[in-house]
Amino acid sequence: MLEPYVPVLILFLIAVFIAVFVITLSALLGPRRSTPRKLAPYESGMDPVGPAIRRIPVKFYVVAMLFIVFDIEVVFFYPFALVFRQLGPAGLVIMGVFFVVLLVGFIYEWKKGALRWE
Amino acid sequence: MDALTIPPVDLGLIAPLLVVVTWATGLLLVDTFFIPVGRKKLTGYLAIAGLVVAGLVGLPLWGVSGSTFGGMVRLDPFALTLTWVFLLIGILSITMSLDYLPRQDIEQGEYYPLIMFAVSGMILLAQGADLIVLFLGIETLSITLYILTGFAYPRLTSEEAAMKYLVLGAFAAGFFVYGIALIFGATGSTRLSEIGAYAADRDLGDTNLTLLLGGAAMVLIAFSFKAALAPFHMWIPDVYQGSPTPVAAFMSVGTKGGALAALVRLLFEALPTLNAYWLPVLAGLTALTMVVGNLGAIAQMDVKRMLAYSSIGHAGYVMLGVMVAGEQRGPEAFIFYILVYALSNLGAFAVLIALEHQGEEAWQLDDFAGLYQRQPLLAVAMAIFMFSLAGVPPTAGFMAKFYALTAAWEGGLPWLALVGVLTSAIAAFFYLRVIIRMFMTEPEGEPAPELNRGLTIDIVVAAAGTIIIGLIPAPIFALVERSAVALGG
Repeated sequence: MLEPYVPVLILFLIAVFIAVFVITLSALLGPRRSTPRKLAPYESGMDPVGPAIRRIPVKFYVVAMLFIVFDIEVVFFYPFALVFRQLGPAGLVIMGVFFVVLLVGFIYEWKKGALRWE
Repeated sequence: MDALTIPPVDLGLIAPLLVVVTWATGLLLVDTFFIPVGRKKLTGYLAIAGLVVAGLVGLPLWGVSGSTFGGMVRLDPFALTLTWVFLLIGILSITMSLDYLPRQDIEQGEYYPLIMFAVSGMILLAQGADLIVLFLGIETLSITLYILTGFAYPRLTSEEAAMKYLVLGAFAAGFFVYGIALIFGATGSTRLSEIGAYAADRDLGDTNLTLLLGGAAMVLIAFSFKAALAPFHMWIPDVYQGSPTPVAAFMSVGTKGGALAALVRLLFEALPTLNAYWLPVLAGLTALTMVVGNLGAIAQMDVKRMLAYSSIGHAGYVMLGVMVAGEQRGPEAFIFYILVYALSNLGAFAVLIALEHQGEEAWQLDDFAGLYQRQPLLAVAMAIFMFSLAGVPPTAGFMAKFYALTAAWEGGLPWLALVGVLTSAIAAFFYLRVIIRMFMTEPEGEPAPELNRGLTIDIVVAAAGTIIIGLIPAPIFALVERSAVALGG
């Protein structure tokens, strides 16, 4: 019953083997010259220790707000896409109206300069 | 998969609403692209034109009854007459804003489309026959009003008002949604008529009855908040005082009319079987509202704040009609009162605006001292509005109060009618105090306030309406009577 999955099992085993093999090899053979910077926890190059509350430019809030508004509205397109064929032309018209409303909001915010960073 | 069917949609039944929404959406873009800063009055004129067109589009719908969108939206004479009243409120509010905004240095084109969107929310409340649609209407109205309340940014009082209104309003919206969920859980529908039919047809059983009552209570709390019924009125004075004066005027009549119109439908289409539960509660709230609003107004030396408390009191009188809406008299009294209150109150706020100078607040009672000698016509107009709000004949306010109290008396709530009469007597004190200041004290060397065109039109229309409806109420009565027929509890 599980026979078709044997290749997957083999692939999995090979992957595990390669990972273990490479890490063991580099641990055994690689030279070790530790510096404080190397021993620090890795955080994408940022200083890992610092104040917990930092000042964030207020512009981010505008972007976040616009993002949420449009993101949530765009979510409505997904269920529509699923039943698009069953709905037929009427559904397309309804979604068109919805899209126009969305578009008006977008044009408005664009013209008002809400998308400009500086 | 089966073919999905979209319920047939008759856009004709929501024609006025459709006109207001599309016009406002288009106006937003026209204003942004074509109307230069400093000439935003043009946007205001276009907005007024849109509201007038919406009213005209409604004319052929008179007498039509029907529902569309799968029964979620209803059109009947009741909704149509209220739509006209709401459009009138919008027009008068915009007219009084035309000169106010530049004078206060807060002129932005968005103001006028926002008022239109708010009006569309009110119309949706009058037409909604489904809890979700009512929620949509309430939120459309509220969210635009949050913005409009804070429109005098960066004036601190305006910001404070917007903040208070937003936090409390969002809280009330939460109650509304929670209530809808419980009602849906108990009856399996959000359609008002289906909820009513479900509750009437069978014995609900303890669990479902508890759910339904809990849900209904939460929805009623949300409506009480929007319509400013005591003890959910705390936000009113601060918010009205802080928001730009035309917005306060619009809110005082608009939210009340919209929310209570929806409440009428909710009570008499969805919950008539629970009458025994909600009637005593609402009657208690109404009595408390009338007492708190009118007693609170006595202590106010600030006329704008006094009008805010008076609007709480008037919410109580409107509620008299709402509670007995199962009988013919109820919805009649409701529509008539909303119309008359809109005219008188918008007029009174317009006089307040006329007295406001460059950003200065001239709302103290002393600012009215000797107004008759400084600006006789303005004083006379204000006197008419005060008499009307107090319910003194021959103004329209008397007819409206008489109508509402009679409806309550005949509808089986005589004690409430008595409370109404007593609180009206209290109310006369603070309305007449303004009149005494205007006519019987010496002016204190204030410059005569200037009147501009928009305000003059507003005040004249409101005053004329108040007097004419007071003297010859028959045509309006006839209109109101025919609007109320179709509702029938």
